[in-house]
Amino acid sequence: MFDEMNGSGDAVRPAYSELSTWLGEVKPDVLDFRRREAELLFRRIGITFAVYGDPEAQERLIPFDVIPRIISAKEWELLKRGLEQRVKAINAYIKDVYSRREILKAGIVPEDLVFQNPVFRPEMNGQKVPHDIYVHIAGIDIIRLDGDSFYVLEDNARTPSGVSYMLENREIMLRLFPELFSRYRVAPVENYPDELLATLKSIAPQSASSEPNVVLLTPGVYNSAYYEHSFLADKLGIELVEGRDLVVKSDVVYMRTTEGLKRVDVIYRRIDDDFLDPLVFRPDSALGVPGIMSAYHAGSVTLANAVGTGVADDKAVYSYMPEIVKFYLGEEPILKNVPTWRCREAEHLSYVLDNIEELVVKEVHGSGGYGMLIGPKSDKATIAAFRAKLKSDPKNFIAQPTLALSTCPTCVEEGIAPRHVDLRPFVLSGRDRIRIVPGGLTRVALKKGSLVVNSSQGGGTKDTWVLDG
Amino acid sequence: MLSRTADNLYWLARYVERAEYIARILDTTLRLTALPLAYVGTTNEWESAVATAGCAGAFFENYDEANEETVTEFLAFSTANPSSIRNCFENARLNARAVRTALTIEMWDAINSAWLELKRWGNGPSSREEFARYLRWVLTASLSFDGSAYRTMLRNDAYWFSRLGVYIERADNTARILDVKYHLLLPAIEKVGGPLDYFQWSSILRTVSALTAYHWVYRENIKPWLVADLLILKDEMPRSLASCYENLVQNLDRIANAYGRQGPAQRHARTVRARLENSKIEDIFQNGLHEFIDEFVEDNNRLGTAVAQQYLL
Repeated sequence: MFDEMNGSGDAVRPAYSELSTWLGEVKPDVLDFRRREAELLFRRIGITFAVYGDPEAQERLIPFDVIPRIISAKEWELLKRGLEQRVKAINAYIKDVYSRREILKAGIVPEDLVFQNPVFRPEMNGQKVPHDIYVHIAGIDIIRLDGDSFYVLEDNARTPSGVSYMLENREIMLRLFPELFSRYRVAPVENYPDELLATLKSIAPQSASSEPNVVLLTPGVYNSAYYEHSFLADKLGIELVEGRDLVVKSDVVYMRTTEGLKRVDVIYRRIDDDFLDPLVFRPDSALGVPGIMSAYHAGSVTLANAVGTGVADDKAVYSYMPEIVKFYLGEEPILKNVPTWRCREAEHLSYVLDNIEELVVKEVHGSGGYGMLIGPKSDKATIAAFRAKLKSDPKNFIAQPTLALSTCPTCVEEGIAPRHVDLRPFVLSGRDRIRIVPGGLTRVALKKGSLVVNSSQGGGTKDTWVLDG
Repeated sequence: MLSRTADNLYWLARYVERAEYIARILDTTLRLTALPLAYVGTTNEWESAVATAGCAGAFFENYDEANEETVTEFLAFSTANPSSIRNCFENARLNARAVRTALTIEMWDAINSAWLELKRWGNGPSSREEFARYLRWVLTASLSFDGSAYRTMLRNDAYWFSRLGVYIERADNTARILDVKYHLLLPAIEKVGGPLDYFQWSSILRTVSALTAYHWVYRENIKPWLVADLLILKDEMPRSLASCYENLVQNLDRIANAYGRQGPAQRHARTVRARLENSKIEDIFQNGLHEFIDEFVEDNNRLGTAVAQQYLL
C-alpha cells in the first residue's frame, strides 16, 4: 500500500514534509471550520453537478477535501512527458483508423475491435481534420501503486469533464489557506482557460478570420456537467450555445444572435457524437444541430474533439495502448498500463471467470463507475449475476486486478485518515504544440477502503499541487 | 449576443418583477381583509386578488372558493400556478442558470440566494406573522436582485434586454390592477368619499407602492381620478404606464443604436408612448377607462411579441 504522504513506510516523502508539519500544528476545529466554509462557498458559487435518475440530486455538491495532494517537480516532469507521448499516439491512432488503417493491417489491433465498435463512425472515413488532430482535449486518468511509476487507468478522448473543479478547488484553497501557500511554491493552474482558448483558435478552419468565432456547445442546464460548461464559456469569453442556438445554411454553421446570424468557426462541443446531428446520428436528438455534420465534412467548421474519437478510449482498446504507442512513435511507453484481460479472447475469459472474486470487471463502454464489479467487495449473488453477463456477452467486458490505488491524507469524520485517490490531468493538443497545465483533478474515495472515486458514487475532490522546482 | 441569452435575461427580469407584484397584492389583501366589513364592504377581496394577479381562470380550475387559505397557497406556494411566487423564483433561477455567463456575480448571488432561501419556506407559513415576514422577504429579494443588476451590470445590450423585461412586466401589472379595480375609480357609482372607497383606493396605491407618492404629487385627499392619473399618466411615478413606456422607448432606442437598426418594436413603443403623452385623464374617463386599459394591455402584449420577433427568436 503506497501513501502519497508517507510512502510505503513511515518516512514522510519530501514534497509533503511542510504539509505534514502544518497538519500537526493546525487545530482540528480550525480545519473543520474551513471545511464548512469551503462547502458554503461552493454552494453559493453554484458549483454543482446532477446525478441522473435521482430527482433529489438535481444539483448536488461534490464533497471537497481541504488537504491538498502534492506532486513534486520531478514527478510531474515524468508524468508530463508520458502524457504528451500518450496523447500523440492516440491522435496518430485515430487518424490511422479513419484513413490507411496500417495498425489493423499489421495485425496489432484486431479489426473487429474497430469495425464492430459502436462508437466507430464510418462517416469519418477519409475525412480530413485540421492538422490531423482529433483529440484536442484529453483527460487521462492516472493512478499510482508505488513511488516509482504512473499508471494510466483510462484514456478519456471524447468529452472529458472535471477541469472546472481543478480551477475552483485552487481558488477556494487560496482563499482558505493562504498561510499554507506561503510554505510552498505551487505552480499555478489559472492559465488553463487561456491555454484552452489558444488551442481552440489554433485549429480553426482556413475559412475563418484571424479572430475565429469559438463557441462552447452544451446539451443544456439539465446536463450533469452544465456548471462546468457555463464556467468554461465564461472564463474563455466565448458564447455558451445550445443546439437550438445554431443553424446550418449552405454547409456553414451560424449562431442566432440579437443582431442576426453570425458565423461559427470552432465548436468546443460537450455533447456526445450520438446527439450531435439528428440527420446523421440519433434522429430523436433534440440537443443537436441538423446539418452540422455536413458543414463539418465541408471543412467550414472544426469540432473539438473530432467526431469518432471513442474508438481510442474504450476499455478494450486501452489494453492495446502500449503497442499503439510503440507502433506510431517507435518509443517505449513512459506511462504504464494496468494489466487487462480482454474477455473477448477465450483464454482471458476463462481466466476471468475462474478468478472473478479477485478482479475488477468493467464494461468496455462504461463510465462514471457504473456497470462495474469489484470482485473482493461483492457478495456471491452479485458475482453470479456478473458471471452470467460475462458469458452471454464477453466482448462487452474487460477485467483488471483489484489495484491498491495510492492513498492521501483526507479530512473525514474520524479525523485525518488515508483515502484512495486518482488524478485526471488535462492535455490540450493544438496546431502549434501540446499544452498541459501543471495539475489536474484529484478525485478521492471518501468511504474507508473504497476504491471508487467517481463523484456519482460518493467520491470527492482535492486540490492538486505541482511544486515549482 | 445570442438571442437565447437575451431571451433568458428578459424573462429573468420579468419573473423577479412578477414575484414582487404578487407579493404586493397579497400584502394589500391581507390589510384589507383585516379591516371591519363596514370599511371595505362585502366584496370578496381574495377573489379580487386572484383576478389582479391575472390567474382567476387557473385558480378556479383548482379550487372552488377563494379565501385566505386557498389564495395564499395558489399565489405564493403552488407548483401548479406558473405565476406563483415560488414558480417565479424557480423560473427566474432557471433562466439565470442558463445565462450565468451574462450575469454579474452579484446578480447570480442575489437570485441564487433567493432560490435557496425559498426552500426554507416550504409549502407555506404556519401563521399570519410568518406569512407577513415571508412577503417582506420576497420584496427584499426582488429589490436586492434589481439593485444588483442596476449597480453591477455593464450598460450594454444584456442590461437593456433585462430592463425591457422589467418594464413590460411592470406595465402589464399596473394595467391589470387598473383593469380589475376600474369600477372603483369611476366617479359617482357610489357615494364618493365614503370610507369604503377610501380603503379600496388606498389599497390600489399600496399595491403599486404609490401611497406616499400620491400625497407628494397631489397634496390632496385620495380622489379616484387622481389615482388613475398617477398610475397612468405621471412620468415621475415609477410604476405608471407612462414611466414604463418612457423607459421602454429609451432602452429600445439604445439597442437600436448599438445594432444600427430601428425596427417594429421601436416604432410600436413610440406610438404607445406618444398616446400616453398626449392623453389627459379627463379624456380617458370620457372615452371609457375600461376601454383605454383594455387597449393598453393589448398594445403592451403586442410590444412583447414585437421584441421577441425582432430579437429573441
